[in-house]
Amino acid sequence: MDFPILSSLILLPLLGSIFIFFSKSKSSTHLTSKYLSLFVSFANFILSLYLWYLFDPTSAEFQFLEEQSWIKGFVNYKVGVDGISILFIILTTFITPICVVSVNSTIKYRLKDFLVAILVMESLMIGVFCSLDLVIFYLFFEGGLIPMFLIIGIWGGERRVYSAFKFFLYTLLGSVLMLVAIISIYWITGTTDVTYLLSLGIDQKYQYLLWLAFFSSFAVKTPMWPVHTWLPDAHVEAPTAGSVLLAAILLKMAGYGFIRFSIGLFPIASEYFIPLIYILSLIAIIYTSLVALMQEDMKKLIAYSSVAHMGFVTLGIFTFTQQGLEGSIFQMISHGLVSAALFLSVGVIYERMHTRLIVNYGGLVSVMPKYAIVLMVFTLGAVGLPGTSGFIGEFLILIGTFKKSFLVATIASLGVILAASYMLWLYKRVVFGEIQKNEIKKMVDLNKSEIFILSSLVFPIIFFGFYPEPLLSTTETSIENLIEMYNININLIKK
Amino acid sequence: MINLNFIYSEIFICLAIMILLIIGVFKKNSSYLIYNLSILSLFVCLALIFNFPINENVELFNNSYKIDYLSSFMKILLILSGIFVLLSSSKYIQIIKINKIEYPILVLSSITGMMVMISSNDLILFYMGLELQSLALYVLSSFNRDNILSSESGLKYFVLSALSSGLLLYGCSLIYGFSGSTNFNIIAENINQDSYGLTFGIIFIITGLAFKISAVPFHMWAPDVYEGSPTSVTIFFAILPKIAALTVFIRILYVPFFNIIDQWQTIIVFLSIASMLFGSIAAIGQKNLKRLIAYSSIGHMGYALAGISTGTNQGIQSSITYISIYLFMNLAFFGCLFMLRRDEKYFENIADLSGLSKNHPLLSFSFLIVLFSLAGIPPLVGFFAKFYIFTAVIEQSMYSLAIIGLLSTVIAAFYYLRIIKVIYFDKEKDKYDKNHNIGLKISLAISTIFILFYFIYPSPLIEIIEKINII
Repeated sequence: MDFPILSSLILLPLLGSIFIFFSKSKSSTHLTSKYLSLFVSFANFILSLYLWYLFDPTSAEFQFLEEQSWIKGFVNYKVGVDGISILFIILTTFITPICVVSVNSTIKYRLKDFLVAILVMESLMIGVFCSLDLVIFYLFFEGGLIPMFLIIGIWGGERRVYSAFKFFLYTLLGSVLMLVAIISIYWITGTTDVTYLLSLGIDQKYQYLLWLAFFSSFAVKTPMWPVHTWLPDAHVEAPTAGSVLLAAILLKMAGYGFIRFSIGLFPIASEYFIPLIYILSLIAIIYTSLVALMQEDMKKLIAYSSVAHMGFVTLGIFTFTQQGLEGSIFQMISHGLVSAALFLSVGVIYERMHTRLIVNYGGLVSVMPKYAIVLMVFTLGAVGLPGTSGFIGEFLILIGTFKKSFLVATIASLGVILAASYMLWLYKRVVFGEIQKNEIKKMVDLNKSEIFILSSLVFPIIFFGFYPEPLLSTTETSIENLIEMYNININLIKK
Repeated sequence: MINLNFIYSEIFICLAIMILLIIGVFKKNSSYLIYNLSILSLFVCLALIFNFPINENVELFNNSYKIDYLSSFMKILLILSGIFVLLSSSKYIQIIKINKIEYPILVLSSITGMMVMISSNDLILFYMGLELQSLALYVLSSFNRDNILSSESGLKYFVLSALSSGLLLYGCSLIYGFSGSTNFNIIAENINQDSYGLTFGIIFIITGLAFKISAVPFHMWAPDVYEGSPTSVTIFFAILPKIAALTVFIRILYVPFFNIIDQWQTIIVFLSIASMLFGSIAAIGQKNLKRLIAYSSIGHMGYALAGISTGTNQGIQSSITYISIYLFMNLAFFGCLFMLRRDEKYFENIADLSGLSKNHPLLSFSFLIVLFSLAGIPPLVGFFAKFYIFTAVIEQSMYSLAIIGLLSTVIAAFYYLRIIKVIYFDKEKDKYDKNHNIGLKISLAISTIFILFYFIYPSPLIEIIEKINII
């Protein structure tokens, strides 16, 4: 048997966190735990890059399969990756070290526990993206609630308790129906193994209800309008690293779930529910963009823009076209990078001014020129300017949507304009203008670790904007295969 | 010739009770010795059960006493939890000064009653076992007699329990009248779909049993008794009688009355749904941890009943899995509760937990694990318990039961989260004492490790329970 690279990816952060939990760091700076968690998360990143290197993008099969009997005769522990999931794993392992570095300035107390929570989170997220059994998937999917609840609740802002509870209960409520659906699938087909289910298919008459049950979970997690209200609260109250994890990775679990499970397992129901998804996505794009325009809190604005961006993602997924699906995955990766970067940027000035209200800023460009440049790149990335990764994703999604419906695509394009207006207006109000307050004059520009963090995000945003090929070629074959399976199923019904 | 060797464990424990009583009378200040000896005798009792091939299926004393895999497994569970309960509460009873010689002896006799209940294959024998365990429990719950709450809880439990025993006995007599026997096997043969007398008999028996496991609407005693009794008795209440009563539930419904499942299935489904919903909603407003765990255990019994209501082997197995897992979660919860001691005083309000995580990281971590597990969040063991139950329920296409059950876990999650909030998010208070007895530490460590790491290898428990096959 080959080296179990996926299990190592899952286990490494977990073991690291156990080690950190029991390690005794005497100094108040927690140097040991910091370096240890940095080392663990960085090693995991290298390992995932190695995984990408070994990955064969020309095959649509699941690769690096590992299977182990778990609950005997019922559930097997099965993990594997294909072109759809591998990018999310790399995104996770890339974002985690950044979070770990960012705690330096943002977390003032109980740092050790925070690092433990982040590492546990990482291993659960990787588990979500590579599990090939529904029960295992559910386990990782729900398990992530525990560390995130603690991250928001312990290190969050003023209304942290309310936000943590809202986050936990919303997502739990969505997911329990998915559990019912998973168990039903087991009794209908006799297995919860995703690879079997993908090839066997599920009887048409069950598909609609099962699809809705999965949808209830993913819609909360995406989040789609009207169940998105937990997200702004959670984002605003979470500490910077928590917001980054939430925006960059947690939201992607749902998009991934839509592609892997909703389309893969229930193609007929997915076709049937297209109008529902389109309407909800369009509302998300237009309505939440308008809401974002009116926000006074920077984090809240970015949170609402996340909802709008995820609206594009769901739209692209349910076009069932090569461009739409590839665009959605690209958009998720790009949004993962951009939103992480934006939250980190807000964190940078929040640490200096201790306020997130836009009116308190203005004129930062003259005191923090480096910061102004970096924030410009991220803002343009969020707007989707050509040359940033944001453009490729939105462009592909819109092409895919035009193939399906002219009207939907036209309305969705309006969202791009709205995104430009709220993001550029935000930038204008924060960075340009006269300096109103004396405190701003005293603000210092980025320090070394902040430059390191933010520039490590600038690079991929611009690189993939100019050269998206590495990402697109990785996903291409798997998506072709997915669409082919989908079309076969739909044609069977039409006959 | 009757094979006495099958009931060596029961005989041994009866002898042990008498000998310990004699020692206690003749030797002064022997409460500590007797406490340890009773733990030891439980260990011996456990060994005696293992001594015989537990796969064997025999019926003794005119088919009124049954030793099969179910009874052996449940007895092992019972005695194991008895050992853990005694181990973890030894310091507690010293500090609140209820370390009299009678205490462990009453625990032992209650366990004897439960063992009889578990093995009974006859209504009369079952009733005897039930009364033996109840009588011991009445005394135990009012054991802290100088405390008004404890006396009240003992009296309350006694009055209500006597009423439910009366109902149960009335049901037994109806069944005897309409089927002509008290033996489960003969009742099963003579059962008749059309006789209303039998149906009423079943209803009365279910009422009596539902009282013992505190299922809604027969739960009224539970919160007061849980709160009033000494914590060492509350932990006993929360675990052992439930194991015994659940076994009897399974045995009575599935051996004599399995043919008329359509008559009792709806009742059990109702009890289950009512308990799940009530348990989770009523617990929200509680301030006392013991009272809260009473409501939470009402809810948990609802899940266990959901498994029983399916009418399949799979369902029974899932209920038994549930109760085995529930046992460890309660042990861990009360273990944490026993640790909240400062200056010879125990604390049991939610507010006392405020900011616990600052001064006691390990203790609050195990609290966290237990509470998330009770809420059924994966990958902790509580999730698996619910998962097995709902797997069995959905197999029978009882979707409404499954969905109501899972929605009530979301409601229940709220009050567990509230405790976690107090522990982790609120301001810290004074430190608690750190010198605890080794037994408590061991029992808490074992149960926490089980809760946390069960997911790594869940098969063994399932494989053991899969052998229980009574239909």
